[in-house]
Amino acid sequence: MNVRLYLWQRATAVVMAPLVVAHIAVIFYATRHGLSAADILARTHGSVAWAAFYGVFVLAVSIHASIGVRNILNEWLPLNERRIDACAVFFGLVLATLGLRAVAAVVLS
Amino acid sequence: MNTELSVSLWRGAQDGHYETYRVPQRASQTVLDVVTFVQRHIDPTLSYRFACRVGVCGSCAMTVNGKPRWTCRTHVAKVAGDGTLEIGPLENLPVIKDLAADMAPFFDKWQHAKGAFAPTQTRHEPIAPIKPDTTARKAADAAIECINCGVCYAACDTVRWNADYLGPAALTRAWTLVNDERDGGNSARLQAIAGAGGCHACHSHQSCQELCPQALNPTAAIAALKRRTVAAYLKGEIAV
Repeated sequence: MNVRLYLWQRATAVVMAPLVVAHIAVIFYATRHGLSAADILARTHGSVAWAAFYGVFVLAVSIHASIGVRNILNEWLPLNERRIDACAVFFGLVLATLGLRAVAAVVLS
Repeated sequence: MNTELSVSLWRGAQDGHYETYRVPQRASQTVLDVVTFVQRHIDPTLSYRFACRVGVCGSCAMTVNGKPRWTCRTHVAKVAGDGTLEIGPLENLPVIKDLAADMAPFFDKWQHAKGAFAPTQTRHEPIAPIKPDTTARKAADAAIECINCGVCYAACDTVRWNADYLGPAALTRAWTLVNDERDGGNSARLQAIAGAGGCHACHSHQSCQELCPQALNPTAAIAALKRRTVAAYLKGEIAV
């Protein structure tokens, strides 16, 4: 890992830390108040705030995790750097696609 | 105390094997004493490396019961309570023969980390006055007693997994020079250690500082290098 990737991974960790706390608080709130899926979707539908919250969360996770996976592949598999980079980018794009699709589903549906 | 030790020594090169010897146990006996006994009284073809025998030269490090140690200052009583010893060459380095590892990759990485002092003055100029109590000088002094034994390098998981990783000793040396006000090589040095295989590859497992016979803390030096290279990168002083 070079200094640029290190910085991206640490910066996305800083972004994620408060978002994880808020996400867990939301889960506690939803379960303690017995909110149904319909109740939750009613709150998130059309909400720019929830779209921004989870959109940023998904992007930070995608960058952070793909750098981590790149590191693991580099240390554990005998692949050249170009292939490792391709695998890491692919993994990040899959996470971002799945995550943003989920965000769109709860905000736009 | 057992009267005899059961000592398994690595014999051969990379594809060698352990052979077991019986060695008399004595009071205040070091692991190097044991290896020397085998070479002088049982098998004179045994190869190993040592020089000073008093913990100064850093040449006698070996793997002792699974951990890298300086053998001249490691007492048998401390590491072989049950009377058995398994002694091999340092890990993470090619084996030359028996207990002698090839240290060339270790010192090559010192060069890659720009571990050589880059003078800013000549011998014809007066000696530079150095204040011993500045923050930078204290940081430089903290790691200056490294004896290049290779124990930290052999103990490092990241070195084992990543052949390009410079390793704790080379990076600690770099941190010493980064803090030496007489040195003029920091631009190239920070550039060298900010890339792949540099300080950011460290996972902070801390085996280096746990096993360093000089009680140095390479993990702290590497963490400091991470901060220093990030600052240099953000200022545009280095590029990757």
